[in-house]
Amino acid sequence: MNDQALLALRPDLRIIADHVAPGTRALDIGCADGALMAALRDHARVDARGIEIDAGNVASAVARGLSVVQGDADVDLAGYPSNAFDYAILSQTLQTTRAPDKVLDELLRIGRRAFVSFPNFAYWRMRLALLWGGRMPVTSALAESWYETPNIHHLTIDDFRAFLKERGIVTEGAWFLNGDRLTSAWAANFRAEHAVFLIRRG
Amino acid sequence: MEHDERFGHARSVTLPGPLALDGGQSLAPVTIAYETYGTLNADASNAILICHALTGDQHVASIHPVTGKPGWWTRMVGEGKPIDPKRHFIVCANVLGSCMGSSGPATAAADGNPYAMRFPVITIRDMVRAQAMLLDHLGVRELTAVGGSMGGMQVLEWAATFPDRMKSAVIIASAARHSAQNIAFHEVGRQAIMADPRWRGGDYYESNDAPADGLAVARMAAHITYLSEDGLTEKFGRRLQARDAKGFGFDADFQVESYLRHQGLSFVDRFDANSYLYITRAMDYFDLAEEHGGLLANAFQGSKARFCLVSFDTDWLYPTRESRSIVQALNAAGAAASFVELSSPYGHDAFLLDAPELNRVVDGFLRAGGL
Repeated sequence: MNDQALLALRPDLRIIADHVAPGTRALDIGCADGALMAALRDHARVDARGIEIDAGNVASAVARGLSVVQGDADVDLAGYPSNAFDYAILSQTLQTTRAPDKVLDELLRIGRRAFVSFPNFAYWRMRLALLWGGRMPVTSALAESWYETPNIHHLTIDDFRAFLKERGIVTEGAWFLNGDRLTSAWAANFRAEHAVFLIRRG
Repeated sequence: MEHDERFGHARSVTLPGPLALDGGQSLAPVTIAYETYGTLNADASNAILICHALTGDQHVASIHPVTGKPGWWTRMVGEGKPIDPKRHFIVCANVLGSCMGSSGPATAAADGNPYAMRFPVITIRDMVRAQAMLLDHLGVRELTAVGGSMGGMQVLEWAATFPDRMKSAVIIASAARHSAQNIAFHEVGRQAIMADPRWRGGDYYESNDAPADGLAVARMAAHITYLSEDGLTEKFGRRLQARDAKGFGFDADFQVESYLRHQGLSFVDRFDANSYLYITRAMDYFDLAEEHGGLLANAFQGSKARFCLVSFDTDWLYPTRESRSIVQALNAAGAAASFVELSSPYGHDAFLLDAPELNRVVDGFLRAGGL
C-alpha cells in the first residue's frame, strides 16, 4: 500500500495497515477517529469495525462512514462472538486498560490474529529520565504528566515478550520504532520507543 | 411527466388489505395518511422512511394542519439537512392506530360508526407491516429507515421483519423493548384517560365532548419523562409563575406547573385519547427479543443492513444502556453497527431539538451508505 492517506498515518498504524491482508475483517479497538479503519477500507477492501471510548471521536468516525461503536475495551469486548474477525487491533491502548491481560485474552478470542502496539517503557530515554531525573518520564510517546496520564499499565517490550511466552501465544511478527523510523530487533527493549506485535493463539 | 397523485404532501391511500395483525385479528381496508418529499430516482434506491414517535405524525417537514406549526423534525429533514429532498425520496406515514388520517380508533368501521375501542389492539410490527404496504404502493422496495423513540422501535422492527428490504437503519433514543418503568408511566397515562368520565368507554366521538382532562394529564405525566431533571431545573427551577409570592392555593404557582398544564392543554387539540391508549399499548407490548426466541441477536441474524444508533446521556426514558444492548446484539449477529452516546441537557427530547452532533453523525452515516 502506498498513498498519501497511508503516509499520513501514525507510524505504528502504517505498519499495521501494511500487514493486514486485503479483503479481511478487522476490529480496531480504540480506533480514535478511524484513520486506520478508513485506510484499511479504502486501500485493502477490509471490512473494518471499531470501538472507541470518546464520543467526539466516534461521531467523527461515523461521519466518515465507518462502523464504530462507543465502548470500552475493558468491558465491551465480551459481547463479540469468538473468531468474528481475522484481526483484532489494539493500537496504543493496551497500557490504558484496567485489565490488559484480560483484554489480550479477548483480543485473541475475537480475532484469529491480533495486532498490538504500545509504547516501550524501557526505552533508553525513559530509563535516563528515571535514573538521572528521578521523575516520571514525559516523552513524545508518553506525553502526559503522572497525574493526568491515561496510561495506567506501563510495560516494556521484554514484559510483553515474557507475557506471550507464559501464555503460549505465538508471535508472527514484531516491528520496532524509534520516532517515525523502523529499527532492528537488536536490543529493541533498550533502543525502541514503540513496538508493534502480530500475535495469535498457540 | 404527468403528476403522480401518490406523491406529495398530505396524501392518503386506502389499501384493500387485509392486514393480518399480531393480535390475531385483521384489518381491512387500511387507510394510511402520509407525505412524500423529493423524487424517487429511476432505480428506486434513494428512499428514506421516517418513522415518527408516539404523538408524532406524517408532517415531518410541513406545516401541521391543526397547530399551524412547522414540521416536527425540520432540524433533520429539509434542503441542506442530513435528510434532504433534493437527494432523497422521503416518506413519512402516520402510524396505524393514530389520529392524523391513518386507520385508528376514530376511523369508521364497517357499520359506519367509529371503531372506538372495537379497533383491534395493534403492535409496532403491525405499524411496520402497514408501512410496508404503503411502500409497495409507492414502488419502493429497498429503503433506509430513520426514527427516534417509538420511531426507532419501528426501524428495529423493520430490520427484523423485512431484512431483505433494509439497507440502512438509524435508531435514535430508542429501545428494543419497553421496561417495567416505561410501561408504568404509560399505564398512568391510560388510567388518567379512562378515569375521565367523558371517556365513556371510548365512545365519545358522537358527543363532541372528548376526555380532554384525562388526556391532558396523560400528556403531562409523559412530558416529564421526555425531559431531564437538570433541564427542568435550568428552565424553571422553583420560580413562581406571574406572581411574587406563593398563593397558598392550588393554582399553578410554579412555572413548571404552568408549563406542564400548557403542554397538556395544547396536546388535546391535536390528539385523540383513544389513539393514545392504542399506541401506548403497542409500545408496551414491544419486545423485539421476545419475538425472536428471547435472544435479541436472532432478530438481526443474517442482516445485511447497516445500523446507526444514537443515545443521549440525559435520556432516562430510553437510557444509553438500552441502545448498548441493541449494539451488543448487532455485534453478536455480525451486523455493521455504529453507536454513539451524545451529550445533551434535554433528556429524551434531545433528538427533536438542536443537536449538531446528531446531524453530523446521521449525515455521515447516510452518505457512507450511498445516500
